[in-house]
Amino acid sequence: MHFRKTFAIAVSAAALTIASGAFAQTLNVGLGSEPTSIDPHYHNLGPNNQIAQHFFSRLIEQDHKQTHMPGLATSWKPINDTTWEFKLRQGVKFSDGSDFNADDVLFSMHRAGNHPNARASFGLYTKGKTFKKIDDFTVHVTTEKPYPLMPNDLSNIGIVSSNEKDKWEAEYNNGNSAHGTGPFNLVRWVKGEVLEMERNENYWGEKPHWKKIVIKPIKSAPSRLAALLAGDVDFIDNVPTVDVAKLKKNPAVQLSQGVSNRVIYLHMDQYRDDPQYVKTADGKPVTKNPLKDARVRKAMSMAISRDLIVERVMEGIAIPAGQLLPEGFFGLSSKLKVEKYDPEGAKKLLAEAGYPNGFQVTLHGPNDRYINDAKIVEAVAQMLTRVGIKTTPDTMPKSVFFTRAKNKGPSGPPEFNFLLVGWGSSTGESSSPLRSLLATYDKSKGWGSANRGLHSNPKMDAVLDKALAMVDDTKRAALLAEATEIAIGEDQGIIPLHYQVNTWAAKKGLVYKARSDERTVTYDVRPQ
Amino acid sequence: MTVFIIRRLMQSIAVMFVMSFLVFGGVNLVGDPTEIFLNDEATEEERQQTIRAMGLDKPWYIQYGKFIGNAVQGDLGKSFVYSEPALGIITERMPATFELALAALVLAVVFGIPLGVFAGLKPESGISKAVMAGSILGFSLPTFWVGLMFIMVFAVMLGWLPSTGRGETASLFGIEVSFLTFDGLTHLFLPALNLALFKISLVIRLARAGTREVVHQDYIKFARAKGLTTRRVIFVHLMKNIMIPVVTVLGLEFGGLIAFSVVTETVFAWPGMGKLIIDSIQTLDRPVIVAYLMIIVVVFVVINLIVDVLYSILDPRVRLQDVKA
Repeated sequence: MHFRKTFAIAVSAAALTIASGAFAQTLNVGLGSEPTSIDPHYHNLGPNNQIAQHFFSRLIEQDHKQTHMPGLATSWKPINDTTWEFKLRQGVKFSDGSDFNADDVLFSMHRAGNHPNARASFGLYTKGKTFKKIDDFTVHVTTEKPYPLMPNDLSNIGIVSSNEKDKWEAEYNNGNSAHGTGPFNLVRWVKGEVLEMERNENYWGEKPHWKKIVIKPIKSAPSRLAALLAGDVDFIDNVPTVDVAKLKKNPAVQLSQGVSNRVIYLHMDQYRDDPQYVKTADGKPVTKNPLKDARVRKAMSMAISRDLIVERVMEGIAIPAGQLLPEGFFGLSSKLKVEKYDPEGAKKLLAEAGYPNGFQVTLHGPNDRYINDAKIVEAVAQMLTRVGIKTTPDTMPKSVFFTRAKNKGPSGPPEFNFLLVGWGSSTGESSSPLRSLLATYDKSKGWGSANRGLHSNPKMDAVLDKALAMVDDTKRAALLAEATEIAIGEDQGIIPLHYQVNTWAAKKGLVYKARSDERTVTYDVRPQ
Repeated sequence: MTVFIIRRLMQSIAVMFVMSFLVFGGVNLVGDPTEIFLNDEATEEERQQTIRAMGLDKPWYIQYGKFIGNAVQGDLGKSFVYSEPALGIITERMPATFELALAALVLAVVFGIPLGVFAGLKPESGISKAVMAGSILGFSLPTFWVGLMFIMVFAVMLGWLPSTGRGETASLFGIEVSFLTFDGLTHLFLPALNLALFKISLVIRLARAGTREVVHQDYIKFARAKGLTTRRVIFVHLMKNIMIPVVTVLGLEFGGLIAFSVVTETVFAWPGMGKLIIDSIQTLDRPVIVAYLMIIVVVFVVINLIVDVLYSILDPRVRLQDVKA
């Protein structure tokens, strides 16, 4: 009896030590998506970039609002029109013990643009740039033309060790070559099962709170939430909008919400004269494309109640959109407001444009890509039908949708004439969506690659061209605002609907600063 | 029997060949994988590079020829997503799925046969009626809903069992299995029960029907008349005779358990093959889809073979022989 009692005390004492020691410093995370590799240059994709950030520091880091912070570069500035100077941080070590210097930067930049197996290349951030080592801790980057987006571009490239030459994704996935200077070191990655990491005790920045982080992929949203409620994980991402209201009342859970850089919007075919999915009001093929008329596009925008979509479809978890990025981002217009819901005005404008009886159109969209995407498509279709534009919703899995919506410019426009998509700005400012969604398609410049409506206005292109070569921040912001006003205010090249709001959930006592780039950076989860 | 087995294996090679053609052709009809992988901002040049890296620059029949050529040498292609051998990615996850399916099978037998035999021997008792009613629920409730309910009740509300994942594993003959550790077992129980629920109901019904039929046979009456104990009558004479339909159906269903544990694996975030195939279909990872289906064909062929062999052991009247056309 006596022995048993002693034993019980010993066990509970041991349990307590474990609880306050190792376990308290381990963070268990359930994530909805998994990276396809640990290699930071293999696949330019959200789930990969968010994990790579744990292991590989960049020259310039982005904080939760995508503001630039010193990373492996302590300072950066343009020294003349076409050259940027980066001063590197000294005394930084890679996790294999080697020292960080300019050679690693040059090696990483070259590797990022020339990965032989890359699934979505990082070349778009490195092309057209020449990197030159001045001394061990100074690098010059030159471009042909003035290039203000240099810091934005380079904040997307993880720095790897130049000791790991000719090592590609397989060597990174098994951990042999995954040596970075980030806050954490990879312990093991078992695809589909677990990703374990350990604190980098030599990290150059602020020491992370957690000693160990264990990430489990739990794709099914209800299961992820259940794992949190059951206490199996401490933190999850992508909380479904339907559960948010209930979770807000749950004292055991702490939610963090933040608007993202992703705008959900509609493209309209402004190129073809014989659009396949547009019909006259009585169902005959059209002789001219109504979507080419800016008044019609404006009327369509007026016919959509963003407030209703946000309130009913999105359960209040989204922000109505009037331009390309939500408030607080760089290069926004102060004049553009969210379009007011005005069905009568829309009908009048349609009549003025020569469509008093409206027309018929099919609205295509994905059903597994954005939050509540299929439901938004249905809601928009109903609202447009109400003003006389008889709209048929048609949604499909993203694997099929994006194939059919592939844009190869005028030689191969997307199959759809009217479609719903979203755009997240990787640079954290408005030139990214302007250049990709609204600028005239130009293969050599890399413009208009996602301009699925083939919108084109030389006036906007000219302003954007000027903005992209303007190094002065204030002037560039003004030019980007002007370009946005032309493209959306005057032309209605696309119809913005809302900005996505993302929700994370943690157990009581932990907080997370919601990130506008939608990434889950697990070491940013902190005790309250 | 050897001839029978050899002939069976030959047939299965033909089946696999036809299957490979159908599957390869099928996945090539759906979508364009490069569109899934490429970044929206990608240039035409990058698009071409990705297409080459995935080997999609050739027409489909050349791709197919190359695939068959490699497949004969045991190489089923490289995954588009991970650019690692598809076969390796699948076999890596195979133990998890096999373990789950086996656990479900064991549960089906352990719960199903006793309950079914009982219900067959005493059809009028209240317990039997409750068991039969329960089996209807087991048939008709959707797996994903039951799975979520299990998680809600046992993990969230009662906190007895972990909600998701596979837990700690231990090595057995070089294969990582979870049933050897306590943590692993607690993780295994809910998903296995979820997967087994349908099978338990099935076995109950089969065992009951078999028992009802066999119990009136002459040899049972004779055994009783001979003065054998009830226990011996049930466990030797009756059991052996109701097992044939049970073994057949379980054999076929085991293949199904392995191939289609998709729902359970997704709900419980079980790191098995079923979850992999769903992810692969969503990302159009063609090599993995094809390799997966090829492996499933092999699994079905092998299971059917085992079932045939088991018949001959259970029922001496069945003789395996080469059926001449």
